[in-house]
Amino acid sequence: MSVRHGLLALLAEQPRYGYELRGEFEARTGSTWPLNVGQVYTTLNRLERDGCVTAGEPSASGARHESGQKYYEITATGRGEVTAWFTTPVRRESRPRDELAIKLALAVGNDDVDLASVIQAQRSDSIRALQDYTRLKARATVGDLAWSLVLDAMVFQTEAEVRWLDHCESRVLQARRAAGAPTVALPAPAAAAPAADGVRR
Amino acid sequence: MTAVEQGVLVLTDVVRTHGTGEGRVHALQGISLAVRPGELVAVMGPSGSGKSTLLHLAGGLDQPTSGQVLVEGTSLAGLSRKALARVRRRAIGYVFQDFNLVPALTAAENVSLPRELDGVSARSARKEAQALLAEVGIGELADRFPDDMSGGQQQRVAIARALVGDRRLVLADEPTGALDSTTGEAVMALLRSRCDAGAAGVLVTHDARHAAWADRVVFLRDGRVVDQSVYRAPEEALAP
Repeated sequence: MSVRHGLLALLAEQPRYGYELRGEFEARTGSTWPLNVGQVYTTLNRLERDGCVTAGEPSASGARHESGQKYYEITATGRGEVTAWFTTPVRRESRPRDELAIKLALAVGNDDVDLASVIQAQRSDSIRALQDYTRLKARATVGDLAWSLVLDAMVFQTEAEVRWLDHCESRVLQARRAAGAPTVALPAPAAAAPAADGVRR
Repeated sequence: MTAVEQGVLVLTDVVRTHGTGEGRVHALQGISLAVRPGELVAVMGPSGSGKSTLLHLAGGLDQPTSGQVLVEGTSLAGLSRKALARVRRRAIGYVFQDFNLVPALTAAENVSLPRELDGVSARSARKEAQALLAEVGIGELADRFPDDMSGGQQQRVAIARALVGDRRLVLADEPTGALDSTTGEAVMALLRSRCDAGAAGVLVTHDARHAAWADRVVFLRDGRVVDQSVYRAPEEALAP
C-alpha cells in the first residue's frame, strides 16, 4: 500500500492541511492502515519535491487559515499520477513478501516442526479475523459503502488464505500417504511440493 | 443450570461407527459440543471429516453408536419413532443447500405445513407463517410459489419454515451453496439475526467466509474436533 498515492488521491479531491490528510485517510479506510505523522510529512515533502503538490498558504478560496500549517494543493503532474494509480491494477508481486508462504516452505523441510499444527494455527487465526471482519461488516450502516468494501477486500483475501491453507493441508496429507506406502515410496523432495506451490500463489 | 441453559443442543462423547470388522469406518470419534440459545456454531472440515454425520445425529436422522444427543434437554436415544418425529417437528428446523420447498405449495403454505402437521389449525398456522415471512423480509411474497422466487427468497422461506412454531434449533447444511456471493451473504446475515433473536444454529459449510458469521467455528478432522475459533470483540481485530 503506497502512502504516496493514498495522500495524492485525497488531495485530488480538494486541497487540505497536512494534519487533515492523516485523519481523512484513516477515516476513509477504517483505520485499517494506520499512518504516523512522520510518514505523512515525509511523503508530502517528497511529493512537493517531485512537483506533484504545492505547499503554501490557503488561497482566497475561503479555506480557514491556520497559522504555521502548510496547505497542500495538487498539481497537474500530481493529478496525472493519481489517474495512473487508479487505472493500474495492483500487482501481487509489488506487495511485501508473503511471510506465511515462506514460513510453510521452511516448515516443510524441518522435521522438528509439525506442519499440520502450523497450518491449523494459521487457519484458526485467519477464521477469527474473518469473524471479526464479518461482525464489523454486519454493523456497518448502509451509508458506509466505502468502509464496507474495504472490509470485503479483507474478507476475500483472508478467505483465499484459508482456502490455500486447506489446499496445503491436503497436499501434505497426500505426500505423507504416498511416502508411507512401501511400494510407491517417494523421495524426500516430493514433500516440498505443497509449499513450493504455495509460494507461487 | 438446567439442561436447556447448557444448550439447546448438547452432544456428549458422541461416537458414530459405520460397518463392522475390517470395513469399519469411524465417522465420529467422541464429539462433545453444546450450542446455546443465541449462538451460531459453524462446523468446517474436509469431506469425510464427519460434519454431515454430526448434523444428522443432531437432527435425529441418525443414531450415535455411543454417547448422547440432547435437544432442548431431551435425549433423542430413548425416544420412540413417534416421539422422535414429534421432537423433530417441534424443536428442530432444517435448512438445506437446495431449499427443499414443496413446489406445489405457496411460501406461506410451505412455512405453515409443519404447524398443521402438528395439529395447529390452518388459520393460526397461516397467521404464524405470515408473521415469520415478514420477519425474514419477504412478507409480501407469501402467496408466491417456490418456482416464482429467486434462490435467495426460497432460502428465506426455508429459514422461516425451520423456525416456525418457536423451534429454536436450526441445522443448516451448506445453506448458501446454491446462491451467489451477495445473496449467500444476505442469507447468512438472516441466519445470524435469527440466532441473535434467540435461536441456536449449527451451520455446516466449507466456505470460510460464511463460517465467519458464527460465534464459534469448530474444525473437524477424521471425526474429531481439532480446534475451535471463538469470536472476539471486533474492536480487538483492528487495534494497531
